[in-house]
Amino acid sequence: MKKLLMTAAVAAVALGLGSTASLAEAYKACWIYVGPVGDGGWSFQHDEGRKAVVAELGDKVETVFVENVAEPDSDRTIERLARDGCKIIFTTSFGFMEPTLKVAAKFPDVKFEHATGYKTAPNVTTYNSKFHEGRYVIGQIAAKMSKTGTAGYIVSFPIPEVIAGINAFMLGAQTVNPDFKVKIIWANTWFDPGKEADAAKVLLSQGADILVQHTDSTAPLQIAQEQGKFGFGQASDMMAFAPKAQLTAIVDSWGPYYIKRVKAGMDGTWTSQQSWDGMAEGAVTMAPYANMPDDVAKMAAETQAAIAAGTLHPFTGPITKQDGTVVGESGKPLSDGEIHGMNWYVKGVDDKLPQ
Amino acid sequence: MDQSLAVMLTIITAATPLLIAAIGELVVERSGVLNLGVEGMMVMGAVAGFAVAFMTGSTLLGVGAAIFAGIAMSALFGFLTLTLVANQVAAGLALTLLGLGLSGLIGEAFVGQPGVKMPTLFGIDALVPFSLLLTAGVAYVLFRTKTGLVIRAVGNSHSSAHALGYRVIAIRYLSVMFGGACAGLAGGYLSLAYTPQWIENMTAGRGWIALALVVFASWRPLRTLVGAYLFGAVSILGFVVQSMGLGIPSQFLSSLPYIVTIIALVIISGNKRLTQANTPACLAQSFVPDR
Repeated sequence: MKKLLMTAAVAAVALGLGSTASLAEAYKACWIYVGPVGDGGWSFQHDEGRKAVVAELGDKVETVFVENVAEPDSDRTIERLARDGCKIIFTTSFGFMEPTLKVAAKFPDVKFEHATGYKTAPNVTTYNSKFHEGRYVIGQIAAKMSKTGTAGYIVSFPIPEVIAGINAFMLGAQTVNPDFKVKIIWANTWFDPGKEADAAKVLLSQGADILVQHTDSTAPLQIAQEQGKFGFGQASDMMAFAPKAQLTAIVDSWGPYYIKRVKAGMDGTWTSQQSWDGMAEGAVTMAPYANMPDDVAKMAAETQAAIAAGTLHPFTGPITKQDGTVVGESGKPLSDGEIHGMNWYVKGVDDKLPQ
Repeated sequence: MDQSLAVMLTIITAATPLLIAAIGELVVERSGVLNLGVEGMMVMGAVAGFAVAFMTGSTLLGVGAAIFAGIAMSALFGFLTLTLVANQVAAGLALTLLGLGLSGLIGEAFVGQPGVKMPTLFGIDALVPFSLLLTAGVAYVLFRTKTGLVIRAVGNSHSSAHALGYRVIAIRYLSVMFGGACAGLAGGYLSLAYTPQWIENMTAGRGWIALALVVFASWRPLRTLVGAYLFGAVSILGFVVQSMGLGIPSQFLSSLPYIVTIIALVIISGNKRLTQANTPACLAQSFVPDR
């Protein structure tokens, strides 16, 4: 209904019904989300970021969002927003990349910001967060907490961000337990609570006792809770869904970035860039460490602090790949480009990468 | 818990909502009405079931609310298509959109609230045996009783049924509302047993799969049962194979349930003439009595 109301509002503006003098002054910033804002995860956090923009800039900004946008035909939605006077449009899923570029070429005066992609244009910026930093931390926790020495990992699609997450998780886990194992299930969806729950149940039945997810719903954590096992929240603090199972969560904090970029758009200092913030910039934070012994929480907090301070980098060379080849110079982190384009597993991951 | 038993229980949980929703839609289509709003009715059932169970702490009341929400949605569909003679395809699609939007609005307050889980017996939810009884019951009523004969007659030739004195519109209303009750119940199963929580869009397309199952099962209840369980089994076994790390492409495994189910049901349906004989002749046709 919210969506319908919003659509009606957009339509009204398009017809010139809704544009009053005060609205005409406001800078229009728009978002499209791949899931519902009520997903309690990825899209929810982006919407929190949007709300932060409203809280910061008040009347000076008018925000619009469209949720549940299917990736394949998102160009229609993006184009509609561009036509309806959005000055800056945030497209918040990897699959929106090509549609965003396509529409951006038609609207050179509109600023586009695409999350998690890698292609830019004069009016298209990409932005992302270093989620793998958080995954390194949860890898260490998982290895400490697991009794079977095996984690179950539910993933969405084989894109570099997800693969880098798996690798960072394993590298973190291996610092604690070099023989740590991970079982991987590709759900081939970002959001399907039932399917994610099914995958979680299968993983637990196959000997995993810690669940990690790179899909957006809270279902896997809930299964962990039901069966007395542990898991980690994704994108958002999911403690309310699984108070006995969530060890911590990698929380995306988009607010500061959105405020910065909307302001830049308003005062004309906006330029195309590739932004990649992490724990140091406050874009990636960890939910409170819970359901674990103090020494594990302490270790996790120390690792988190070291990453934020820049003294620890999850991908520090040399790193042995699954096929035995070695990348990275000793003591030096991999370049951002290498992480952005990651299409290989580290040694110890017992899965073949879908091609 | 034994490994294969755990996997089997997962298969049953995955298949049950599909089966319940599909059986309901089967009756609707047998009466000659095509309701494409299964997804919308299901998601409304999910939110209503969760909301009531959360507020009262009783899953039984939750199940009741889920069924009621499904019936309310289907009654709206019935009013549009049967009384106002609107296009069934368009009205069904609108019902899905309405359900997805409205459930998001109603459910906003319930996002992130702890759910109440339906009691289980040996790891099986109470609705699982019920879904099997429902299938058997529908199969019996549709093909062994006069009521079933009348429903099928209305679906095959509404003019003849009308001429014989049957109240076509009333029978269709009841069938549509039975379908709504089943879809609502299937939704309630999702939010009360499958993943006891409320998240927007939590049906994630299951209503559409149920719709497809009805067609591929050629409107036969027992084939629908086979189809739903096959679909559940292949999806879950796909996950099992993946977790073993055999390196079979996951995209292939993800598409396998659809492929296998379609192939299997086409084979079961076998004889083309029989399949056509099962298709309700008046499916999706509006009925306006002559006088």
